[in-house]
Amino acid sequence: MRYLLFLIPLVVFGALAGWLAVPLIRGSDPSQLPSALVDQPAPETDLPGLAGRPDGGGAEPLTDAVFEGEVTLLNFFASWCVPCLAEHPVLTALAEDRGLAINAIAYKDAPADTVAWLTRHGDPFARIGVDEGGLTGIDWGLTGVPETFVIDAEGHVRYRHIGPLTIADVEETLLPLIEELSQ
Amino acid sequence: MRWRAALFALLFMLPLGAAALEPEERLEDPALEARARALSAGLRCVVCQNQSIDESNAEMAADMRLVVRERLKAGDSDEDVRRYLVDRYGDYVLLRPPVGPHTIALWAAPAVLILAGGLVLAFALTRRRAAVAKAAPLSEEERQRLGRALSGSRPPGPPPDRPAPD
Repeated sequence: MRYLLFLIPLVVFGALAGWLAVPLIRGSDPSQLPSALVDQPAPETDLPGLAGRPDGGGAEPLTDAVFEGEVTLLNFFASWCVPCLAEHPVLTALAEDRGLAINAIAYKDAPADTVAWLTRHGDPFARIGVDEGGLTGIDWGLTGVPETFVIDAEGHVRYRHIGPLTIADVEETLLPLIEELSQ
Repeated sequence: MRWRAALFALLFMLPLGAAALEPEERLEDPALEARARALSAGLRCVVCQNQSIDESNAEMAADMRLVVRERLKAGDSDEDVRRYLVDRYGDYVLLRPPVGPHTIALWAAPAVLILAGGLVLAFALTRRRAAVAKAAPLSEEERQRLGRALSGSRPPGPPPDRPAPD
């Protein structure tokens, strides 16, 4: 019985190793912060719209009223952001093939640069708000671009994706969630 | 003269004020600015994660410093400013996490560890003292061997071999 005491360090070590191994094996990234906004109403947003968009759309402002009525995505992007370019085809497919309304906020980007970028790579967005100062980004708890939020029909944030969206993210997480929220 | 040179050399080893604050970010009111600095030192930069926004050169940290100052100028209390950022970024943004159900393990860990260590130490010391006190008295045979050893006589039998000196 006394000899079992010698096993205690081994057991403690095993427990600690197991606990530390879980995030390693699951591959969770410590830089992915949990969002305080999930299940909260979308932060107050009132941004001027982007003028001179390639599709000739008007520059309607982006306000939180836009988020109500149907499930929408909100994508933070910038012309200077390389991962935004990587996810752009994915967003375009979501908007064109799935008919999803994707609003966007051009984060810390000169409007002329945003327009040039959209002209070159396509403009799948519904409304685009211009956040040159980046303060609306802070209202949304942004830690960088790109970030994508799923907002339900009542205007509540339901999901936040940090970093570029991949096809796998869309198929495994986004679409099932949107399906569920649309019912 | 020499100590002056030494002092001068030591000056270069001082960690310089680590603030990343740009001069134009400062508020004109020194009292407000002091509050902003104190607040910033306790707020985590969400890009660099282990620096406060007061120390970080990241653009996002500069924006957050600006937000802190704007809220202070608008008349918010320190607590209001903290709550504003916590509502958006979660408790994560505070470098000193609040005591709560989800952080109690973190806060209690040092006390629990000291207590556990103390218990182990106390247990080991009591056991050692008990072992010393309980040492059994020598048996008759042991007493005789001890007496022989002390008086220099050897037990019967051939003397032990010794290596020959070189």
